[in-house]
Amino acid sequence: MSAPLLEIADLDVAFHGDGTPVQALSGVSLRLDPGQVLCIIGESGSGKSVTLRAMMRLLPERRARIGGQISFAGRDVLAMTDRQLRAMRGREMAMIFQEPMTALDPVYTIGAQIAETVRRHLGGTQAAARARALDMLERVGVPSAARRLDAYPHELSGGLRQRAMIALALSCGPQLLLADEPTTALDATVQIQVLLLLRRLQAELGMGIVFVTHDLGVAAEIADRVAVMYAGRIVEEGSVAEVLGRPAHPYTAGLLASSVEHVAPGAEIAAIPGAPPDLRALPPGCSFAPRCRHAVAACDATVPPPVRPGPGRMARCFTPLGFAPSGHAVEEHVA
Amino acid sequence: MGTVLRRLLLALPIAFGVSVVCFALVYIAPGDPLQTIVPPDATQATIDAVKHAYGLDKPLVVQYLIWLWRVLHGNLGTSISTTRPVALEVMLALGNTMRLVALAMPAALIVGYAMGVAAARFPGGWIDRAVTGIAVVGVSLPNYWVGVVLVILCAVQWSLLPATGMGSGHAALLSWESLRFMILPSISLALIPMGIIARSTRACVLDLASHDFVLTLRAKGMSESTVTRHVLRNALPQVIAIVGLQFGYLMGGSILVETVFSWPGSGFLLGRAIQNRDVPLLQGTVLVLAMIFVATNLLVDLLQVRLDPRLRRG
Repeated sequence: MSAPLLEIADLDVAFHGDGTPVQALSGVSLRLDPGQVLCIIGESGSGKSVTLRAMMRLLPERRARIGGQISFAGRDVLAMTDRQLRAMRGREMAMIFQEPMTALDPVYTIGAQIAETVRRHLGGTQAAARARALDMLERVGVPSAARRLDAYPHELSGGLRQRAMIALALSCGPQLLLADEPTTALDATVQIQVLLLLRRLQAELGMGIVFVTHDLGVAAEIADRVAVMYAGRIVEEGSVAEVLGRPAHPYTAGLLASSVEHVAPGAEIAAIPGAPPDLRALPPGCSFAPRCRHAVAACDATVPPPVRPGPGRMARCFTPLGFAPSGHAVEEHVA
Repeated sequence: MGTVLRRLLLALPIAFGVSVVCFALVYIAPGDPLQTIVPPDATQATIDAVKHAYGLDKPLVVQYLIWLWRVLHGNLGTSISTTRPVALEVMLALGNTMRLVALAMPAALIVGYAMGVAAARFPGGWIDRAVTGIAVVGVSLPNYWVGVVLVILCAVQWSLLPATGMGSGHAALLSWESLRFMILPSISLALIPMGIIARSTRACVLDLASHDFVLTLRAKGMSESTVTRHVLRNALPQVIAIVGLQFGYLMGGSILVETVFSWPGSGFLLGRAIQNRDVPLLQGTVLVLAMIFVATNLLVDLLQVRLDPRLRRG
């Protein structure tokens, strides 16, 4: 295996404010190889966006306590100075967001915002930066790009705005793109276009992508590997085919079963009973145990250590589905 | 260009309405305008003659139209108490008020804006609490009372600055000789706008700082100063709207503050016109002040359209 592009080990994030601290992440470990696409799946509040922002150290410095290790291209992100961080952000590691309308500055043109980034990291004249911006807009498939260069964000459709946001993020040729639910706010038809675009650009530029979504269909479309998050922990990880095809963690299985896709009209959708735990008072054991049909006594006592139900797979569960507790796969599994 | 024209056209009916109200005010207010002109023992014939001379015997609508016609030609009538043209009186007074506003408004803007930005930097911190305290005090204290206190302290106790008036009038406008008269009234006038600007700037900057585009700017690797520049640029249209409104209020002069300092500005003039029941002077002053307010609002509208691309359509 080559050296990982991104490696996160035992990442803890707690938000301190008024009252009890909120434990947003507990012991998150992740690994991304160059040119790989990792999807982080989870409900709102599961910590997927926090994980993404922690990678770029974009969490509010004063309130967020970060523990653990984040190493990007062999460098320790948590030890970086502000200056080093600013040099990395937008240049080697870029981010796109869920709502491009609010993520772009409303009073500057698209071209000005891309050119600003280009000049910040690559230097050069304003004219050269604009030329680069135009090039990027064409590359992400914005029609009549020359005209759109002088458009304001509100003058573009949602799909075009997200394309402009992608052009902005990729303008300095990053090795890693962090995508925070970039298709969630888009219409279904536009959604698939943006996904295809990201996949094409990923292949062309050979960058790694960490893609956060709550949509299993989106994950299946774009990911190489999948990490499922629940209450600030990664509960399962593995290749997209294995995790979505043969989930080991009951929560993943529950997510798949409650997905409205591939369900016949009128058929019952199996919702997971109960609600996620309060992050201010996490249970001592598995956070999912209170909602889990397969829970045993041990689940409530301690947090399940990671088990490896198969090569390149991880699940934090005492009773992984379809696998014997020792970690060997059994023949039939019940999802 | 279409937007500019539309806003201009929208301002016209407002101006018309204002003129109607200004004219009608005098007839709604208690007291007969003739009272001050004719002696109490005048005969009915004299009263009728004076009424006819001032055109007060004609129907109200006709009176209004005659008045409007003159106003549109720049003729605001003659002051009853001074017998000088109302236009001249108003212009002189406005010039004097303008001198105070020229000092008070930039001071309020700079101090208020700086206070607001500083408070927004560490919300909930001691700077924020101090700014909030100062702003609330600035807005809540009656500014004429502050004026009196300033006079007692700076003029009476410490003999630093003159208490009232505006000096000989011969000194150059920017010389210390004339500036020293302007300091205390300007401070009294600046307090309310300063407080309002500080509070609004704080709210506006805090609101913008939580916007996603600020996160994008950081994720692009922009320096904090660039991020701040973007936030302030976004806050500008809102701040200008508030400054415009406050400018309008200040141009109206404060009857109380200008009276405390015997400053012959527009507020002072208004007070005099009311006391003397000088109807043409009152109508003319109120009309000009109202028109300044309308014009300021129009200007703010146009500036906002210029500064915020989202307002350019529709």
